[in-house]
Amino acid sequence: MLQSKSFVKKTKQGRVVKVVREHYLRDDIYCGAPSCKVCDTSASRLSNSASTILIVDTNVVLHQIDLLENPAIDDVVVLSVVLEEVRNKNLSVFNRLKALCTNSLRKFFVFSNEHHKDTYVKEMVGESPNDRNDRAIRVAAHWYQSHLGENTQILLITNDRENKRRAVEEGISAETVESYVRSLGKPDLLDLVVLSSSADVNMEDVEDHRPSKKKVIYSEHKPMSEITSGLLCGIYHQGKFRVNRYNPFEAYVGSESIGDEIVIYGRANMNRAFDGDIVAVELLPQDQWHDGKSMIITEDEDDEEEDVHLAPSSADDAPRSVNPVQPTTESVPPVSNRPAGRVVGIIKRNWHSYCGSLEPMPMPAGNAGVAHALFVSKDRRIPKIRIQTRQLENLLDKRIIVAVDSWDCLSRYPSGHYVRTIGQIGDRDTESEVLLIENDINSRPFSTQVLACLPPLPWSLSSEDLANPNREDLRHLRVFSVDPPGCKDIDDALHCKPLGNGNFEVGVHIADVTNFVLPGTPLDEEASQRGTSVYLVERRIDMLPKPLTEDICSLRSDVERLAFSVIWEMTPDAEIVSTRFTKSAIKSCAALSYVEAQARMDDSRLIDPVTTDLRNLNTLAKIMRLRRIKRGALTLASPEVKFQIDTETHDPLDIGMYQIREANQMIEEFMLAANISVAEKILNHFPLCSLLRRHPSPTKEMLEPLLRTAAAIGLDLDVSSSKALADSLDRAVGEDPYFNKLIRILATRCMTQAVYFSSGDLSPSEFYHYGLAALLYTHFTSPIRRYADVIVHRLLAAALGIAKLPPIFQDGPQLTGIADNLNYRHRNAQMASRASVELHTLIYFRKRPTDTEARIVKIKSNGFIVFVPKFGIEGPVYLVPKGNNGSDWVVDEAHQRVTKVGTNIRYNILQTVKIHMEVVEPQPNRPKLQLTLI
Amino acid sequence: MEYVDSLTGFRLDGRRPNDMRQIRGEIGVVAKADGSALFEMGNTKVIAAIYGPREVQNKGQQANNQALVRCEYSMANFSTGDRTRRPKGDRRSTEISLVIRQTMEACILTHLMPHSQVILIEFLVHILLKFFMYFLPKICFLQIDIFVQVLQADGGTRSACINAATLALADAGIPMRDIVTSCSAGYLSSTPLLDLNYIEDSAGGPDVTVGILAKTDKVTLLQMDAKLPMDIFENVMQLAIEGCKAIAHYIRGVLLENTKQLECRRGI
Repeated sequence: MLQSKSFVKKTKQGRVVKVVREHYLRDDIYCGAPSCKVCDTSASRLSNSASTILIVDTNVVLHQIDLLENPAIDDVVVLSVVLEEVRNKNLSVFNRLKALCTNSLRKFFVFSNEHHKDTYVKEMVGESPNDRNDRAIRVAAHWYQSHLGENTQILLITNDRENKRRAVEEGISAETVESYVRSLGKPDLLDLVVLSSSADVNMEDVEDHRPSKKKVIYSEHKPMSEITSGLLCGIYHQGKFRVNRYNPFEAYVGSESIGDEIVIYGRANMNRAFDGDIVAVELLPQDQWHDGKSMIITEDEDDEEEDVHLAPSSADDAPRSVNPVQPTTESVPPVSNRPAGRVVGIIKRNWHSYCGSLEPMPMPAGNAGVAHALFVSKDRRIPKIRIQTRQLENLLDKRIIVAVDSWDCLSRYPSGHYVRTIGQIGDRDTESEVLLIENDINSRPFSTQVLACLPPLPWSLSSEDLANPNREDLRHLRVFSVDPPGCKDIDDALHCKPLGNGNFEVGVHIADVTNFVLPGTPLDEEASQRGTSVYLVERRIDMLPKPLTEDICSLRSDVERLAFSVIWEMTPDAEIVSTRFTKSAIKSCAALSYVEAQARMDDSRLIDPVTTDLRNLNTLAKIMRLRRIKRGALTLASPEVKFQIDTETHDPLDIGMYQIREANQMIEEFMLAANISVAEKILNHFPLCSLLRRHPSPTKEMLEPLLRTAAAIGLDLDVSSSKALADSLDRAVGEDPYFNKLIRILATRCMTQAVYFSSGDLSPSEFYHYGLAALLYTHFTSPIRRYADVIVHRLLAAALGIAKLPPIFQDGPQLTGIADNLNYRHRNAQMASRASVELHTLIYFRKRPTDTEARIVKIKSNGFIVFVPKFGIEGPVYLVPKGNNGSDWVVDEAHQRVTKVGTNIRYNILQTVKIHMEVVEPQPNRPKLQLTLI
Repeated sequence: MEYVDSLTGFRLDGRRPNDMRQIRGEIGVVAKADGSALFEMGNTKVIAAIYGPREVQNKGQQANNQALVRCEYSMANFSTGDRTRRPKGDRRSTEISLVIRQTMEACILTHLMPHSQVILIEFLVHILLKFFMYFLPKICFLQIDIFVQVLQADGGTRSACINAATLALADAGIPMRDIVTSCSAGYLSSTPLLDLNYIEDSAGGPDVTVGILAKTDKVTLLQMDAKLPMDIFENVMQLAIEGCKAIAHYIRGVLLENTKQLECRRGI
């Protein structure tokens, strides 16, 4: 049957056109209930014995998705009209709903009511689209009831009172969410129910707890039409709202219209915006562009303060510097040239669920009743969230997840609802879980579909693999690998063979992951979603299932493995004469650790072949490294720490700086060379769809903190190019040995991170990798733990004509999407690793208060920030007790020093101080590390 | 955008990936023409009119021993949502005219009509004397004109034009090898889709238009202006061929019905 839909649409040019589309109605859409006698039941998803089938309306899905995700709710029919409305209103909820509908464990069935001949409804004259959709839902519910007969009850779940009334009139049973959940008799489910504040829910049973406090706290958001016109005529500015990670009362909106970031101070100006929202901002008059005082403690509503953190490793992690040098006198309010603004409206919300815990509070008198509690997110950028719960006593000492529902201008805090419990606060497993959730890392075990893609175990090299003409048999070569101790996912190995003409043949052999991870398989999809393996202190979350990671792909010693090899011929001066790429079969003769390799090279008595190879490689690597540094590559430093973990309790036993040896640098050098060779090759073949990695040059503003520090200690840094910077970093030698490294660490955190991109998206001049001073760079050498390398392997194989290029490479936007996802995952993995180290640092110091040396890296008016080299952490040291604003310390911005008035006690930047580190618990369940001067 | 719903498997308009739109053909819609037809594929509506075989108007174009086929494709100003004036002979319509002409030429038995009026004369010549050749009247060459106009455009106009032209040629009684039919298929959301409509067509994915001689299974038209891996292309093309065959089946039915009516009218 044919129906045509016609509607009127405005084109981009502003003309109004009528659009007519066909709409086919079918008779082959099945109801999805296995008990049905009429329909084809092969694709049915509902349960056999379902006595009640739920049909949900759009608002129920939009607001109660957390409830729907609970396994207690099942046998749900999702109508396509609901699906479509949800898609248009909230994409993240739509994706969650879609995941529910495709999850084979859940009984959610999608019914295309819009294309079914009996359930399609035509819009009536004068009927709004909303009413039409509600009617469509009722018609579908009615159809289901008459289709399945009396044995099955169809229950329409709606919170819309009018819809419910009409449904009952039409003979369909309907219930509100709350009454339905109540009828299930599971009180803990009730916490998941979002109590809607809109008028269509029975407000009678939601008692108002704070009637007297109803005063307007935030100004009303402007209506959308006003915002749109305001944006057009330039009164308002649109941008993404980002809260300062280190100060939740300060936020930035990057605005394209004024080409600068607008600073927003204070909750009132932030006007209920959350981190990540797209907001409209109005600029404040220029005399109100005051600087947020460069104090550690900010304008306090709550007692929030700076915490001890792991030292940031790049500009992306570091606290943003806001204070350009301003001569400040007591009376004149400081005025900065940074535009300040306030949020007038929110264009797109970025609400999701947050991890945290409840604020400690006394138990309310009536134990059985509903309690209101304040939820404090672990992410400091998120304000406290008010929730209602019936299980307060269970939740007080737990880490929980809470979702935000609304925030009206009458309440100081947004209101949300409880989603689920993770575990006991302070428990290591719980806290690890929290940091995984916070960084959006999927740590679930691999699904059966994914595991089905693995080759049968035990795997061994087959004769077919060897018979493949594209695969070279390199098993006779003396290949070995050098990795950190205890490394199980060995994805690179090397060989070095002197040639007759005095040159060397050097090969880098990378695990041939793409031989097992075929494009388009569930395994590939999963890996592409995960993007990277995540290394936490006590565990590793793999990108590929364990058999691949640790066995089949891992280039372990004395077993035959498949590899993808880059083989160079090099002169003794490390000049590359020729480069060759091939798939290969290798047999590693030794899996060394860095320590072992270093010891072998250093022990002059050893002259066995592997050691000789190692020495040859090391000689070549040194020359290559020198040449690279001459070209301008930066030797940056990051304060990496290493834990020794108790094998039984998994508690940290000791921490210390990660030591970098010559062997590490040797391996790094050859990996860099392999990556660069591969990047050249794939870009040559696929100029439009190669996945490369670039590192943008830091801008002047980003380097400013470094320059300010350098100026304060009389050091002259030239930052005009990476070469100049590298040279001046080399020249920066202070009296103590750690000085140079400290400067390098400070320089590193001014840089942004390198990112993946698709070569079709940028012009070749933007491909540059600043840190490595390489024109082209990509990732090829770790396919077991990074998905980017898997893609590059496929590109290289296609460039060599071994395999076909998978179709996604022809789809530019999709490739860009993959690159963006990889960047996102990569960053999250790093954040998670850092958070994990922070967590373990805390656990470590809980039992061991320590005195140690620290370096001052930033001066504030009431103290300074110190960096503890030994443990790689950074945190504030207060000179003034908290709450005491009448400070007798004076900050000298130009020299970056703080002096006590009337004395000559002063602290300079980069000065060494002695501090005491101790874990304190100012509030129950909130342990934190405190640094005090001694 | 999702062109095939991953949950229900339906396309935007409710078809499954290998469903065609509703088709309808009608013969004899322009009384003045020697043959004419109307063809609809969903909301795409095309009219075709045939004039000829008739005398070549432009002597420069005449071919020696076969009839000349000419084709003119145009779109009515009202055929799309926005009513714009369309210049005649723009790049796109010239190209489509050419495509349709070549496709139809491949199935019209042009060699049977080299200069049919002359056959009579030649016959005379044989009977009369050979030296009369000098005084032969001018030889008159033949041409067939195909006019196709898009009345309503919703994707797949060139396929619809070819199908309409086939019907009209049959109506005009022009000898043909076989029925030519055409159908398009595309590849969107990693699924081969049959008979793209306008929204799917403008998605920018590959669009394969195939024309075949239905009975002899010969391809007379194959167009695609995108890149597609070989194995996927074969699938998509196979789908388009299936579509062509379904259309041929329908067209044959229309012709049969038409012939029956003619029989009735003549009272046979």
